Amino acid sequence: MGETLAEKILSAASGKSARAGEIVIVDVDVTAVQDGTGPLTIEQVKELGGRPVNPDKTVLFIDHAAPSPRSELSNAHRTMREFAHETGARLSDVNQGIIHQRLIEEYVRPGDVVVGADSHTCMSGALGAFATGMGSTDIAIAMVSGKTWLRVPETYRIVVGGEFPSGVYPKDLILYLIGKIGAAGATYKALEFGGPAVAEMDVAGRLTLANMAVEAGGKVGLFPSDEKTRQFLASVGRSDDWSELRAETDANYERIYEIDLGALEPMLAAPHTVDNSFKVADAKGVKLDQVFIGSCTNGRIEDLRVAARILRGRQVNKDTRLIVTPASRLVYIQASKEGVLTDLAEAGALITAPGCGVCVGVHGGILGDGEVCLATSNRNFKGRMGNPKAEVYLASPATAAASAIKGEISDPRDVL
Amino acid sequence: MSLKGKAWKFGDDISTDHIAPGRLFHLRTNLPELAKHVLEDADPEFAASMSPGDFVVGGRNFGLGSSREHAPRIIRLAGISAILAKSFARIFFRNAINVGLPILVCDTDKIDTGDELEVDLSAGEVMNKTKNIKLQFAPLPPAMVKILADGGLVEHFKKHGRLAVE
Ligand code: SF4
Repeated sequence: MGETLAEKILSAASGKSARAGEIVIVDVDVTAVQDGTGPLTIEQVKELGGRPVNPDKTVLFIDHAAPSPRSELSNAHRTMREFAHETGARLSDVNQGIIHQRLIEEYVRPGDVVVGADSHTCMSGALGAFATGMGSTDIAIAMVSGKTWLRVPETYRIVVGGEFPSGVYPKDLILYLIGKIGAAGATYKALEFGGPAVAEMDVAGRLTLANMAVEAGGKVGLFPSDEKTRQFLASVGRSDDWSELRAETDANYERIYEIDLGALEPMLAAPHTVDNSFKVADAKGVKLDQVFIGSCTNGRIEDLRVAARILRGRQVNKDTRLIVTPASRLVYIQASKEGVLTDLAEAGALITAPGCGVCVGVHGGILGDGEVCLATSNRNFKGRMGNPKAEVYLASPATAAASAIKGEISDPRDVL
Repeated sequence: MSLKGKAWKFGDDISTDHIAPGRLFHLRTNLPELAKHVLEDADPEFAASMSPGDFVVGGRNFGLGSSREHAPRIIRLAGISAILAKSFARIFFRNAINVGLPILVCDTDKIDTGDELEVDLSAGEVMNKTKNIKLQFAPLPPAMVKILADGGLVEHFKKHGRLAVE
């Protein structure tokens, strides 16, 4: 019996045949923390009396509160900067962008084991890395020992065929899929994407899918490393980091989901769980106080282009605020060069510094009591955008842009 | 070892945003202060009303969402002796064990807020004294038993000088 992608990567990283259900100790390639989880990791590293064994691949991201809105957070940032300075660990400071976007731009290679003190670390799986989120203490151990322990997950294979209809995007696919699997339906499992539509899909789309694997409870969302991966790594100046990687054809999958994109429609997740999945067509007309386009899920240049195309020459509704956050500095610069930021700003969008603040309710775009927001991020839990008395819907950048124009949940196919 | 206290019942899908909300992000480096807000977005009265030794009782998929270890840490810091739920989210489960907080998978339908519980960790039993019902909970995976027995992950690593869970 052949190996799934998860088994293949973990076998190589553990030096033995790693089969689903087994506990393995693996060598870790990249460890990451952000400013919410990093200070506690640093405390634990000190408690252990250790230091990062692989400082070049130990990365501290200042993104959740960037730039800092409060002195307590500024002090947490100081702790992180000092630690990086003392140990040689890498620092991604306030202007650089969101942890997961930065990881795929600069650090992660196909076949790597990546552990991060942030649940959406699973996004790096789009490059064919075994990437998963853990807590601060687990990451501290990985930093000082270069190793972590993992239970080799069983795999659900998601076979995708057909073509995206106009107005339908990878975000709609993942919202549909999470609705089908359920918020806990893939707990402890790897999701492995494949099939003809995946072979055709660019890395940006794959990242959106892998990002949300955790919203179905998954440990990692995995993609093969192929020609598209090679092109992406070349685009960020890392051609040498590419290698081919795919699951063996006779691998054992616990479950197989087959999806025909042709039948898919624009989707959304209604408050307050991500698996509360609806067709946009069935939720049309819900009034929106705020629309947010950004986050590690959908803040890439491809996402901003889609939004700009819809908003160009149009205006955001006067009763609705549109906030746009590029996922990283690189995305920001690219969007600026292409005129995408101008299109968005002319339509009435507010463009913020790259980071997490709006998505996680730390600063910027905090909702008022009873307010309703449609966001392109990955979570709509109660309190997520800073106020438990507010409501958050999740959707694609196209749905977000169309909805910002109307001031209510709208189908992007009506404006394309 | 047996633990005694009152049950505080919560529903399904209690997320780490319910437990340690993002809007209190600036308190992440001040855990005693953050603990005063534990589970605030699920029950604003909880932190002020609970007593040390009590149990948090959830439904399905307890602890879903972010990897913030602060969530199980402040539950422990508030004095909760264990969490009982039908199922737990993966990262939360691992974090709870790492910080030395026992978490038990059992059928929580027959537990309500205010019930007096007695948990026998080694026998794998929960006695609901108010309702006079005995419940079984599933044993932890062996790797986690080792970490919990060592007093959490940092202590485990110090004791063995490496990860010793294989
Ligand atoms: S953008 Fe949102 S989901 Fe992504 S890492 Fe930041 S806070 Fe987390």
